[in-house]
Amino acid sequence: MNALRRNVLKGAAGAGTVAVAVAAGLLKPTQALAAAPRSAFEAKSVGDVLKNMGASAPADSKSITIKAPDIAENGAVVPVEVTSGIAGTSMIAIIAEKNATPLVADFNLSGGAQGYVSTRIKMGQTSLIRAVVTAGGKSYTAAKEVKVTIGGCGG
Amino acid sequence: MHMNRREFLQLLAVAAASGMALDSKSALAGKAPANFYDVPRHGNVSFLHFTDCHAQLLPVWFREPNVNLGVGSATGKAPHLVGQHLLKQFGIKPGSAEAHAFTYLDFTEAAKVYGKVGGFAHLKTLVDKLRAQRPGALLLDGGDTWQGSATSLWTNAQDMVDACIKLGVNVMTPHWESTFGAERVLEIVNNDFKKAGVDFVAQNVVTNDFGDQVFKPYVMKEMGGVKVAIIGQAFPYTPIANPRHHVPDWSFGIRDDSMQKWVDEARAKGAKLVIVLSHNGMDVDLKMASRVTGIDAIFGGHTHDGVPQPAKVKNAKGITLVTNAGSNGKFLGVMDFDIRGGKVQSYKYRLLPVFSNLLPADPAMEAYIKQARAPHEAKLSEKLAVTDDFLYRRGNFNGTWDQLLVDALMEVKGADAAFSPGFRWGTTLLPGDAITMERLMDQTAITYPQTTLTNMTGETIKTIMEDVADNLFNADPYYQQGGDMVRVGGIEYTIDPNKPIGQRISNMMLKGKPVDAGKTYKVAGWAPVAEGVQGEPVWDVVAGYLRDKKVIKGVKLNTPKIIGVGKKNPGIADYDGSYS
Repeated sequence: MNALRRNVLKGAAGAGTVAVAVAAGLLKPTQALAAAPRSAFEAKSVGDVLKNMGASAPADSKSITIKAPDIAENGAVVPVEVTSGIAGTSMIAIIAEKNATPLVADFNLSGGAQGYVSTRIKMGQTSLIRAVVTAGGKSYTAAKEVKVTIGGCGG
Repeated sequence: MHMNRREFLQLLAVAAASGMALDSKSALAGKAPANFYDVPRHGNVSFLHFTDCHAQLLPVWFREPNVNLGVGSATGKAPHLVGQHLLKQFGIKPGSAEAHAFTYLDFTEAAKVYGKVGGFAHLKTLVDKLRAQRPGALLLDGGDTWQGSATSLWTNAQDMVDACIKLGVNVMTPHWESTFGAERVLEIVNNDFKKAGVDFVAQNVVTNDFGDQVFKPYVMKEMGGVKVAIIGQAFPYTPIANPRHHVPDWSFGIRDDSMQKWVDEARAKGAKLVIVLSHNGMDVDLKMASRVTGIDAIFGGHTHDGVPQPAKVKNAKGITLVTNAGSNGKFLGVMDFDIRGGKVQSYKYRLLPVFSNLLPADPAMEAYIKQARAPHEAKLSEKLAVTDDFLYRRGNFNGTWDQLLVDALMEVKGADAAFSPGFRWGTTLLPGDAITMERLMDQTAITYPQTTLTNMTGETIKTIMEDVADNLFNADPYYQQGGDMVRVGGIEYTIDPNKPIGQRISNMMLKGKPVDAGKTYKVAGWAPVAEGVQGEPVWDVVAGYLRDKKVIKGVKLNTPKIIGVGKKNPGIADYDGSYS
């Protein structure tokens, strides 16, 4: 079945795996629309991103789980999954703190969509990956470090 | 020195009778007890485990490190104990055969008394002897088996694959195996291993696109009437520490959440014993054992730590045993479990050194090895030089073999400085030994051997050194990759292992002058992980250097000044440089 699935996708005119992975996620395009204003995507610091998103002082939350590798296998495509267990989650944003423009993506969830997004992001250097979640008009956050290393020299 | 068993025992008798003190500091016992390999069976379920033999089919010398520092909570605990500290911790008698196997102490003298270690023909004899007492015991191969010798490289791993099948391996998990490329690994797994009934397991290797399992995550076996699960854990950082282009479609990682899932599944299917065959490295295994519940024992490798007894790690639901079984065919782990009433009642573990003089060669395996080597024998035996120095590799910062490599690279390439990877494999040579092509290949036999000469700023050089130091000394084991520090030729430096990345390396000096962050230097290196790099193979560069020198003498170790670890740290002793 997996081989069939792979062949079907290969047949789909070489769609990039990144795009496929996003497309194969739980989100329908109508459910995932950027919530943050353009200014947030252009901001150069995490503080400005949060300000422009209207989430200046998000509370730390243990109900947000970030699944990402401890060390990135390829900084150009780092798989990141965010799960929010916070009731009424309406937005999930992903920030790579050390990227030149830190806000990587945000997803507007509506119609009772599950608080889960999965995508691949680009990272130039070791950084905290921060998730910001909006629920019931409040903002919450959690972070995980992903290391980007030069490689080589392994035992 | 190679002698048969009778000659060896005679020598021991003479040595013992004459009270032969081989070293002014400590007399060697000079005798392994006659019952050295009598290991009575305990319980009803047994495993034999070897790991990281690095394709050494014949007996070799292998010196354990005198610098193996632990950081964070690992400081001063096994496996970060060297020399006397290790002997004391595990109650091993100084000067004994086991002391020689587990430590670097008096290595050159002790090596002459106790002889070479490992070799598949001798290992086969030991495996068969132990199996005869333990019907149904499984032989586990922890990986780094197909890489590390000239013959494995030249036969595309086939010599090792055939040797392992003849040895009777039942279950295996990979690391360096992947550097032969994904296609070759799958070819062996789906043909040679399938035919021979060898299970290749790795729960943490999945496809990049959908996250599908590439190999079986685990196998269930019935042993002595008990259902047993063996879960595989490949080296998590294969596409980072080694070239990613060898395995472009596979993703690795530690994945302890999926490990938990497979453990739970195996238990639900009736497993009364759950074993992990791991190539994580010991520090990573210790952390994993504290987080994942339901594993009875992790049989580990990668970090090449010869640890005489398992560590017992507490977690939320019980205790997990963690072993590490050394490298280069030097040891065979024997774990006996007594399983009754659906759970482990007790265990006995021995990490047996494989002394080739005490174990007669298995004739069939010996004949196979001879035949496998025959087409390559002329090339292998080419004598490149003789060493007056003691040449070894293992140690956190440097070894004389690596110093020889960086010296050769700098001289041949006309470089200011040189980098050589902190590999932990590579055999040892005693003073007076010939450096043959085979022994040079022991240090260099990889599928990406290109040498490079690169212009780097002082800043870039420091960034690389900081990056590698963080892969070794990050306080969180999950960020450690299990190699040693990059070997640096030409640049002296100070290192504080307990500092964070960017602050460990200081005082970098080249020919007596500080390394200038903005100045450009010519840096030689080898083993590029990027795709498509061109360059003469490192063995050709170094072979030319050795043929030219004829005698290797007075290799001067570049030993960084180590600070912040304490003078009494049991992970360092007899260090040539300064430490505090």
